[in-house]
Amino acid sequence: MKKKRLLVRSIIFLIISAAALYTIYASITNKKVDQLRIGQKAPDFMLVDQYGKKQQLSAYKGQGVFLNFWATWCKPCETEMPILNKVYKKYKKQGIQVLSINIGESPLVVDRFIEKYQLDFSIMNDADEGVQEAYAINPLPVSFLIDKDGMVQAIYTGELTEEKIQTLMKKIKP
Amino acid sequence: MKQIECSCGYKNPYGTEICHGCGKILGTKGKKVDMRYEGSARRSQTYQKNPIDKLWNFFSSVKVGVGLIVIVLVASIMGTILPQEPTIQTELSLGEYYQKKYGTFGIIYYSLGFSNVYHSFWYLVLIICLSISLIIASIDRFFPLYRSLKHQRVIKHPSFFQNQRLFFSLPSINEEELEERLQSFHYKVKKDGQNILAEKGRFSRWGPYVNHLGLIIFLIGVTLRFFPGIYVSEVVWIRDGETKLLPGTNGQYYLKNNQFIVEVYDKKKTAKVFQDALQNKGIIAKNFETKATLLQTGQHVIPGEKITLQEIKKANIKVNRPLKYGGYTIYQGDYKLNEFAELEYSIMAKQSKKKLGSIKINLADPKDSYRLKNGLQVEILEYFPDVVFDKDGKPSTISKIPNNPAFVFRIKSQDQKSAEVSLVTVNQTVNAAAAASFAVELENVETRNVSALTIRKDPLLPLLFLGGMIFMIGVIQGSYWQHRRIWIRAAGNREFWIAAHTNKNWHGLKRDIQHVFGNHKEHGLETPTYKRLDNGEEE
Repeated sequence: MKKKRLLVRSIIFLIISAAALYTIYASITNKKVDQLRIGQKAPDFMLVDQYGKKQQLSAYKGQGVFLNFWATWCKPCETEMPILNKVYKKYKKQGIQVLSINIGESPLVVDRFIEKYQLDFSIMNDADEGVQEAYAINPLPVSFLIDKDGMVQAIYTGELTEEKIQTLMKKIKP
Repeated sequence: MKQIECSCGYKNPYGTEICHGCGKILGTKGKKVDMRYEGSARRSQTYQKNPIDKLWNFFSSVKVGVGLIVIVLVASIMGTILPQEPTIQTELSLGEYYQKKYGTFGIIYYSLGFSNVYHSFWYLVLIICLSISLIIASIDRFFPLYRSLKHQRVIKHPSFFQNQRLFFSLPSINEEELEERLQSFHYKVKKDGQNILAEKGRFSRWGPYVNHLGLIIFLIGVTLRFFPGIYVSEVVWIRDGETKLLPGTNGQYYLKNNQFIVEVYDKKKTAKVFQDALQNKGIIAKNFETKATLLQTGQHVIPGEKITLQEIKKANIKVNRPLKYGGYTIYQGDYKLNEFAELEYSIMAKQSKKKLGSIKINLADPKDSYRLKNGLQVEILEYFPDVVFDKDGKPSTISKIPNNPAFVFRIKSQDQKSAEVSLVTVNQTVNAAAAASFAVELENVETRNVSALTIRKDPLLPLLFLGGMIFMIGVIQGSYWQHRRIWIRAAGNREFWIAAHTNKNWHGLKRDIQHVFGNHKEHGLETPTYKRLDNGEEE
């Protein structure tokens, strides 16, 4: 009698807690991408850069990707873009791509900016804001360091210096 | 486990108030016996030994249940004080938004996590705890009660009679007549020798459990909302002419806003009775409407990729007249009127004021340069969609939305020999050169509207409705019917004992008794108040 009761109670608890835990688990994983986290797979995207070349993230499998989001009105972005241009050349040979995505300003504004700072690395324009949404971009600038398997290894929000970039790049060297 | 041994020798589990063997009242210390669970031991009272039992007892406690309900209520109320995060559209970070809009209270509110109560982890945990409490408390009470009532005996122990609040004796009874009368009052009569049990409305005892079942179904409906893709509530802003992905539809649906319109009541066309209201209020909105085209894509779209869309249907989305398709409902929400779309500037000769030509600039995508008919060329050196000037007067933009557009033009003459640079905003033109030969003037402004639409999918509403219905049935079942019982026992040759009990409405029982047995002062019905339980439990 006593044993049976314990068994029944244990089973009821087991069922309830399984349901409860699954609900909690589902609610956590369901959290809309209000943040992309380290260790998650970087969402794929397909955009056209300033050279008219189609850039797809998944095409860089096997290489590291330094992915930067920016806008012309953001001062720290303006400061770090020339630095990015510099590191782009350096890391290209080491198997790390530097890509940058503007958050969808008018092409004229972006073109003028590229001209002004003579930027050589691929700069794309996320006109319909789909990529920003997938990466849950809020404050700018923000940089994602994606390894050769397409996993996010680091996320850096704010202005980058060359030293900081070098430290970060170590994480995604293929 | 402490057992209670009755004088008849039967060993009852701890917490029993009426012996299961002979029906004798066990140690109630002179108080009336608790008839709520028929004097049987609630399961939770039985043991307090291993952790499972302790956990069981915790959740089966009504105090804990009521506590949880109060906490959930308070939390839910807190969530109604300020607008919740999902309803907020802002460029600022949420913390800053609350601080800016609601001051210190806003910061506290935000940092305590009340800004997104209904989607928070702890709210979910509370709801789950409440559900567990409801389930266990119901199991703990329902089964012993069900068994006691199912197996109740017609013959009751004399001490049971004496313990009932309604207890009297008669010298004689006419059994057949009594039975008929009781039946005419819809009592079910059971007999065992000279003993009688008349019972009606037993099903009202299940009311609380039906009620709990409804609540549990309701809560399951609420928690299922936390599962991915089941519940969708999103907002999207679409400009006139724009096509945008509808968030929450897994990249399947797109919507084109062909035009957003606002209509107001026209004084001249409105009936006389409304004239006063219009006079008082000025402008009264008549209609908010998005003329929309719903589009679909079959392909799995990678963000940024160009897509092919098929038109599904055209619809005019108005307030309270949403567009419904594929389980999604699209409501008209907010709007923003007159966002700059195109600016038309005329270029004039400064001296003669003669118009040399005009250029039309699409603010979403201005061209590099514009050539006028007469060979003049206007180059756009810089474009600031939302211009601000720093303390040195240097222009920069603060967003990509053309709230306050400004340009730096370079106007080249036909022979390309001379060029003039000027800064042009919506309000004014500043020429770099003092002796400028061209003047720029804003000629025409084209605006467009932005419509905010809410996309919602809530397949759980029927479940919530079902839960609510069952809840109400339980409430009705438990409150509009009462479980009344009358026991009769022959005590000696010339005496019959009569006891009666009801779970509520003693007045009704009193009337039944009077009708069946006639008016007896000694019925002891002067104080038909229901005995409160010592631990304050309520059901």
